[in-house]
Amino acid sequence: MERYFRILRIFWSTAIAAELEYRINFAIAAFTSLGGLVGSLFGLFLFYQTGSSFPGWRWEEALIVVGIFTLLEGFSSTFLAPNLNRIVRHVQEGTLDFVLLKPISSQFWLSAHTVSPWGLPDIFFGIATILYGGIKLEIEPFAYFVSIVPLIFGLAILYSLWFMLGATSIWFVKIYNVTEVLRGLLEAGRFPMAAYPTAYRVFFTFVVPVAFLTTTPAETLLGRSGIAGTVVAGLLAIALLFVAHWFWRFALRFYTSASS
Amino acid sequence: MKRLFRIMQTFATVYYAYMVEYRAELVLWVLSGSLPIILMGVWTQAAQRGNFGLSPVDFARYFMAVFLVRQITVVWVIWEFEREVLEGKLSFRLLQPIDPVWHHVFSHASERLARLPFAVLLIVLFFILYPAAIFVPNILTIALFLLAAGLAFALNFLIQYTLAMVAFWTERASSLQEFWFLFYLFLSGAIAPLAVFPESVRTIAQLTPFPYLINFPASILVGLPVNLIQGFLVMLAWCAGFFALNRWLWRKGLKQYSGMGA
Repeated sequence: MERYFRILRIFWSTAIAAELEYRINFAIAAFTSLGGLVGSLFGLFLFYQTGSSFPGWRWEEALIVVGIFTLLEGFSSTFLAPNLNRIVRHVQEGTLDFVLLKPISSQFWLSAHTVSPWGLPDIFFGIATILYGGIKLEIEPFAYFVSIVPLIFGLAILYSLWFMLGATSIWFVKIYNVTEVLRGLLEAGRFPMAAYPTAYRVFFTFVVPVAFLTTTPAETLLGRSGIAGTVVAGLLAIALLFVAHWFWRFALRFYTSASS
Repeated sequence: MKRLFRIMQTFATVYYAYMVEYRAELVLWVLSGSLPIILMGVWTQAAQRGNFGLSPVDFARYFMAVFLVRQITVVWVIWEFEREVLEGKLSFRLLQPIDPVWHHVFSHASERLARLPFAVLLIVLFFILYPAAIFVPNILTIALFLLAAGLAFALNFLIQYTLAMVAFWTERASSLQEFWFLFYLFLSGAIAPLAVFPESVRTIAQLTPFPYLINFPASILVGLPVNLIQGFLVMLAWCAGFFALNRWLWRKGLKQYSGMGA
C-alpha cells in the first residue's frame, strides 16, 4: 500500500512538471473554466427568468447542482480523462505490454499514471459556487462534510463507468470516442433530476446513473434525501468498482498485443 | 478545369471510403452529440409549467433541428491541423500541387455523407417515440434549411480553420478552440432558442457569428420567425471576413513554419 502511495507521488510530480511547461495554457484553462461557469449559470438562469423554476428547487438550490457538476467536470479532466482516454492508445500501439510487465496492478497504473492541472480551475469554481449557494441558504458546516460521502460515491461511479468503457478497447480498438458518448450524457448532471420528464429520469437513474453524481450529493447537502440516497449510491459505487476490476481482468484475457 | 474536377472526385471518393471504414466510430460521434436531446427534455418539461412563449412541442422540434444542424456542421479541423503542424506532417502536404485545406474540406464533407444516414435514423426513432412533434416542412423550407445549414458548416469550418492557423505560433491551438467553443455553446442557440434569451443578451449575441451557426438554420426548419435575407447576408459577410483573415494568417504562418520532426 505504502509503495503505491510512493509511486503515485512520483507519477504525479513528473506529470505536473511536464504540464508546467505550458504555463500560458493554464491561464487559458482558467479563463475557459470561468467562461464555462458563467455559461452554465446563464443556461440555468434561462429557466428561472419570468419567475419559473424547477419543481421543488429554488435558484440557490439549483446553483448547488451546477457547482457540483462543475466540480465533477474538473475532477474528470484532472484525473480521469488524461488517464483513461489513453488506454485505447496503449492497446492500439501495443504499449500496454510495458504496463502489464510492471510489478504493480495494471489497473492502478492505467488509472493513476498522470494528472493534469487543467481541471483545477473547474474544481475551484465548482467549490466556490457550492459555497455561495450554501451560504445563501444558510447551510450548517456539518452538512458539507456529510455531503462529501455521496460525492465520493459519485466519483467512484463515474470512474468505474469510464474505466469499463476504456477497457472495451481491448476488443474494439477503434472506438476511442466511446467515452465521448458518456461525457455527452453526463451533461444531464447540470440540472437536478426534478427538471426532467419521467422517461429521462428513469434513464439517468438506472441506465446511466447521472442522478447519483450531482442530484444525490446536492440533496444530501440540502438535508433532503435522508440517508437512503447515499446508501444506494454507496452500494452502486462499491458494486461498480468491483465490476470494473473484474471486467478489466476479464478483458485482459483477450488482449493479444499489437506491433511488438 | 477538367483536372480540378478529377482531383475533387478522387478526394471525395477516397475520403468517403475512409470514413465508411470507421463506421462504428462514426456512430459513436453521432451519439456523443446528445446534448440537444438532453436539453429537449428539460425544456419541454419547463414549458409545461412556465410561460416561455413556446409550447413543449415547439421546443421538441427546435431541439431536434439543433441536433440535425450540429450533425451537419460539426468541424474538427483544428485538431488535425495542429497535429500536422506539430509533427511536421504538413510538409508533405505542402509538396502536393494543391492547397492542403482541400484534404480537410473533403474529409469533412464526405464524413457528413457517411454520418447522415445514421442521424436520420435517430430522428425517425425520435418521432416514433414522440409522435406529437411530427411535422412536415414544405419543399421551400427544406431547401432554405439545407442552404442555411450548408452555409453554417462553411462558416464554422472557416472560423475553426482560422483559429487553427495559430498552431504556427503556439503548440496548443486547440485550447483556443475550447475557449471559443464555450461562446459557441452558450450563444449559438444550442442550449435554448434565442427567442427565450433576455432581450439584452439576444442583442449582443446577434452581433456575433454564433447564432447563425445553429439558431438561424434550426429556426428556419421549424418555422420560428427569422429575418431570412438579413440572416443570409450576415452569414456571407462573416464567411468573407474569416476567409480573408484566414488567407492572411496562412501566408504569415507558412513563413513561421519550421517543419518540426519531418
